[in-house]
Amino acid sequence: MRRPKEKLIEKLLAMSGWLTILTTLGILVILVYESVQFFADVSVWEFLTGTEWTPLFSKKEFGILPLLTATLLTSVIALLVALPIGLSIAIYLNEYANRKFRSTVKPMLEVLASVPTVVYGFFALTIITPFLQSFIPGLAGFNSISPGIVMGIMIIPMISSLSEDALFAVPKSLRDASYGMGATRFQTVFRVLIPSASSGIIVSIILAISRAIGETMIVAIAAGQQPNFTFNPLVPVETITTYIVQVSLGDVPRDSIEYRTIFAAGMVLFIITFVMNNVSLWLKRKYHRQYE
Amino acid sequence: MNNSTKNRLTDKAFQYFGIFNTFLGLVMLAVFIFVIMQVGLPRLNWDFITSLPSRFPEKAGIYTALIGTFWMLFLTIIFSVTLGVSAGIYLEEYAKKGWFSKLLEINISNLVGVPSVIYGILGLAFFNRYLGLGGSLLAGSLTLSLLIIPVIIVTTRESLKAVPKTIKEGAYALGATRWQTIWKQQLPAASGSIVTGVILALARAIGEAAPLIVVGALVYVPFIPHTPMDDYTLLPIQIFNWTSRPQPEFQVNASAGIIVLLFLTFLLNGISIYLRNKWQKKVKW
Amino acid sequence: MNQLIAKNVNVWYGENHAIKDVSMVIEPYQVTALIGPSGCGKSTFLRLFNRMNDYIDNFRMEGEILINETNIYDPTVNTEALRKKVGMVFQKPNPFPTSIYENVAFGMKIQGMNKKSELDEIVETSLRKAVLWDEVKDSLKKSAFSLSGGQQQRLCIARTLAVEPEVILMDEPASALDPISTSKLENLIFELKKSYTIVIVTHNMQQAGRISDQTAFFFMGKLIEYDSTKKMFLKPTHLQTQNYITGRFG
Ligand SMILES: Nc1ncnc2c1ncn2[C@@H]1O[C@H](COP(=O)(O)OP(=O)(O)O)[C@@H](O)[C@H]1O
Ligand SMILES: [Mg+2]
Repeated sequence: MRRPKEKLIEKLLAMSGWLTILTTLGILVILVYESVQFFADVSVWEFLTGTEWTPLFSKKEFGILPLLTATLLTSVIALLVALPIGLSIAIYLNEYANRKFRSTVKPMLEVLASVPTVVYGFFALTIITPFLQSFIPGLAGFNSISPGIVMGIMIIPMISSLSEDALFAVPKSLRDASYGMGATRFQTVFRVLIPSASSGIIVSIILAISRAIGETMIVAIAAGQQPNFTFNPLVPVETITTYIVQVSLGDVPRDSIEYRTIFAAGMVLFIITFVMNNVSLWLKRKYHRQYE
Repeated sequence: MNNSTKNRLTDKAFQYFGIFNTFLGLVMLAVFIFVIMQVGLPRLNWDFITSLPSRFPEKAGIYTALIGTFWMLFLTIIFSVTLGVSAGIYLEEYAKKGWFSKLLEINISNLVGVPSVIYGILGLAFFNRYLGLGGSLLAGSLTLSLLIIPVIIVTTRESLKAVPKTIKEGAYALGATRWQTIWKQQLPAASGSIVTGVILALARAIGEAAPLIVVGALVYVPFIPHTPMDDYTLLPIQIFNWTSRPQPEFQVNASAGIIVLLFLTFLLNGISIYLRNKWQKKVKW
Repeated sequence: MNQLIAKNVNVWYGENHAIKDVSMVIEPYQVTALIGPSGCGKSTFLRLFNRMNDYIDNFRMEGEILINETNIYDPTVNTEALRKKVGMVFQKPNPFPTSIYENVAFGMKIQGMNKKSELDEIVETSLRKAVLWDEVKDSLKKSAFSLSGGQQQRLCIARTLAVEPEVILMDEPASALDPISTSKLENLIFELKKSYTIVIVTHNMQQAGRISDQTAFFFMGKLIEYDSTKKMFLKPTHLQTQNYITGRFG
């Protein structure tokens, strides 16, 4: 009988399944454990409302707001670029383009998402920024607009492909009804398709922002490393991710407060992306059920 | 102008807008790659590939970074494929459809969305510090593996799902055990599409810099790693390092490094597309 | 080889009572046909004999299936060994996505037989028994998908024969085949019954009449009538059987 061997194999396979749970638990335990120690020294209130972030200086301030606003600022700029472009691509591919065009263009768009982010960072720093400087006076060498734009390009395929799926899932009968009433494609798209596909499009937006919030190298290279508390896209800022990399590049002694800041900052990042991902998962499940 | 001509014009205008946007990103990328080529290609020679890093831009090369990248790729393949494919098999073929498999599923969708720096933090605290692996290749590749395992699990499950149930029944009916059926029939039948997905995941992994910087990869390593316990640097980290130097000569080096990195990324992507097409042509259940 | 015996068998899929208290004795070295309208439980009943229903999530069964005097649903029974004794051919040909040779050799290989000469021999005899050898002997290395549907089905029979079963279960094996392939298959079944006990599900009355010795008529999970094929077709006892056989419903 081969039973013992079969059982053993099943156990081994199950262990690798457990590994994914352990990964999540590991992330949670580490972030919580180190953050708790961090908050023994720094009050939560100060952390969440302080507008200065200077843990690496001699006069230490631990207000996360500058990092948070920078993170949001760059992500919002990325979305402002990616949403109109990505959505119009989705609409074009779904309603206007023929099937052959669609099947050639879709994998090409995926290339945008496969370019390493250091490469995009370099793109932002050495091409987009100088280009923008040529007509935006006072644009600093490091700023949030340029990496924001480039991140936007990177997340185009995310928005376009997820929105396209959502548009594709709209029942054909709705579309036919609209055309039957003499509507043009443009009208059908904006009056019927987009409203019906809205939850799917929202999912794509949330996932894309979440991706932008977690993005590191583009902002680390092109947005600078100065934690300015500002919504001005023309000046240097430092995002949460950039700060984590900045500390990691230096030689920070273990068990120091500086070391723990990366866990506290990481905690904030994790919570934001976790919430966004789950909202999108929940929405996705909800609208899938709608059409079943 | 009457209403219907106006409508038709809006419609046409939007159509051009759509075409324009479809190619906007791609054209920008193409322009960028063209500029990089112009700057970087003259610098890209055999010396550049086989030289150690240096303070002098004209002497510096990517040798250590390239070897580090290959090491990283090699170790990551070993860890992520064994663990990811195993977990994928478990979830698809063994796990009962109950609360546990639902939990695993939600958990995996979540892990896919966790930012890569967070994996870096996990690696830093656990592999680097707690297990004492330091900034070694081993610590880095384990971290990178955790990062891509969720993707590999998803790929494995989808590939197994695509294998017709009749294959499984056929094998069972001949007296094969569950594992024999998986190992000898289902996995081979799914392998083409699993390999495609794994290569795609690796193409992503090869460009990762942030999580590995956090786990403790070095920015400057004057020697090549010989064992998994050695310190290392990677091509994307080397590029990052040159990018942050003020001297324009280093920007030229960064461009040349980018050409190599893009070449490797597109090569892996190309291989996976090639395999997928070949695979799709071959299989007609 | 002894009889196959079903004793008071009940099967449920969740709430759905698919087999209702069926008892039946299947004679060795004969062809027994299971007929009845679609959804009446023929496949479910057939798959009880090699425990192929075990993997269905909400499957539950009561009663006994005896083969060689052992209840095959006894917890000590090795299902893999059982399935070697009781082979199965499916509705749609389901060759493995490997070569013709590998398809036939698979059953042997998983039992640990790896000697090339022995494998070669078994592959050849099995293909001969399935009357496929002459058509494929020059292309054993080719993909099984390169064969026609009828050839694929005979390949599936060959691979079942290779593990030397005593019983062969067939679930509408000809339903996906053209008339010529079907008649080849029927001839083959006729040949095989000399050495094997065959249970076949079919929805084709003429086929049941042509190839089977015994016929069992199922209706809504119940075994309505079971007798020699001749008797069933000429003088069925039950009106339902008569209506079905003469094509008045189903
Ligand atoms: N895997 C399954 N899960 C749930 N119910 C099933 C399954 N297979 C068959 N059934 C149900 O059992 C009954 C008998 O089906 P089946 O044995 O396939 O009939 P037949 O082969 O005579 O067409 C049907 O009502 C069918 O819906
Ligand atoms: Mg059936």
